Amino acid sequence: MAKRKAVVDKTHCVACGCCTSACKLQAITVFRGIYAQVSDRCVGCAKCASICPADAIRVESST
Amino acid sequence: MKKHFYDYLWIASALYLILGFFNILFAWLGLLCFMIPLLISIFGKSKAYCNRYCGRGQLFSLLGQTLHLSRNKPMPRFLKSRIFRYGFLAFFMTMFGLMIAQTVGVFLNADSLKTAVTLLWTFRVPWTFAYTETALPAWISQFAFGFYSIMLTSTILGIVLMVLYKPRAWCVCCPMGTMTQLVCKGHAHGKTEQN
Ligand code: SF4
Ligand code: SF4
Ligand code: SF4
Repeated sequence: MAKRKAVVDKTHCVACGCCTSACKLQAITVFRGIYAQVSDRCVGCAKCASICPADAIRVESST
Repeated sequence: MKKHFYDYLWIASALYLILGFFNILFAWLGLLCFMIPLLISIFGKSKAYCNRYCGRGQLFSLLGQTLHLSRNKPMPRFLKSRIFRYGFLAFFMTMFGLMIAQTVGVFLNADSLKTAVTLLWTFRVPWTFAYTETALPAWISQFAFGFYSIMLTSTILGIVLMVLYKPRAWCVCCPMGTMTQLVCKGHAHGKTEQN
């Protein structure tokens, strides 16, 4: 199975940080107050995506 | 997860709204919610206020997420667009300016003090019950009424958005959030990305 990972749409991210509190693995952080950034720790559980008020996160399969 | 003191700032936000029903002068405390996020974004170059300390955001999370009062549906595309977000910020600042102008009017004795709270920039609600005459100049009370109007209005809008869409939907168009993100974007302009 391909590895799944969260991807942030930077143009829609409002840098609110809701995703960082939702992620148990601390795999997503807000970069310089501009947008959220996903690290390699992400397992693609989509918790962040469901909480994101701007719907700026998608979980994609990466190869 | 370990709880920090700042995880309880929603209590302060709720208290703030309640105090405004008893004495309007407490509204002045709301300036903190304007100054702190801006100062953090200007000097700390981050949105740590939104990310950690915003009691209002926590309140929406609590109502929408913990108490399940939110439908948890995606927001309409238009409300998430930059045009709307920046437009709303401009509108908000214009209304803020008008509120300051009204305060100045009272300061200059050109206007009389209006003991009312204006909701959604339209509905004037008599609020004399939270007003007691003091030795303080009238403009201090006028500003308090104006500022509390803004705080209550944005809370009402935030609750509506929380119910209809995601718990923290307000954060998408929150003027403070948009403004601090713009400040951070300004700081990061021209810097190389970490990605
Ligand atoms: S929750 Fe969404 S909008 Fe907020 S910082 Fe995370 S990705 Fe950005
Ligand atoms: S998908 Fe799951 S693991 Fe990845 S950043 Fe979102 S919450 Fe964290
Ligand atoms: S966007 Fe507004 S309401 Fe949301 S966390 Fe930031 S300051 Fe608070």
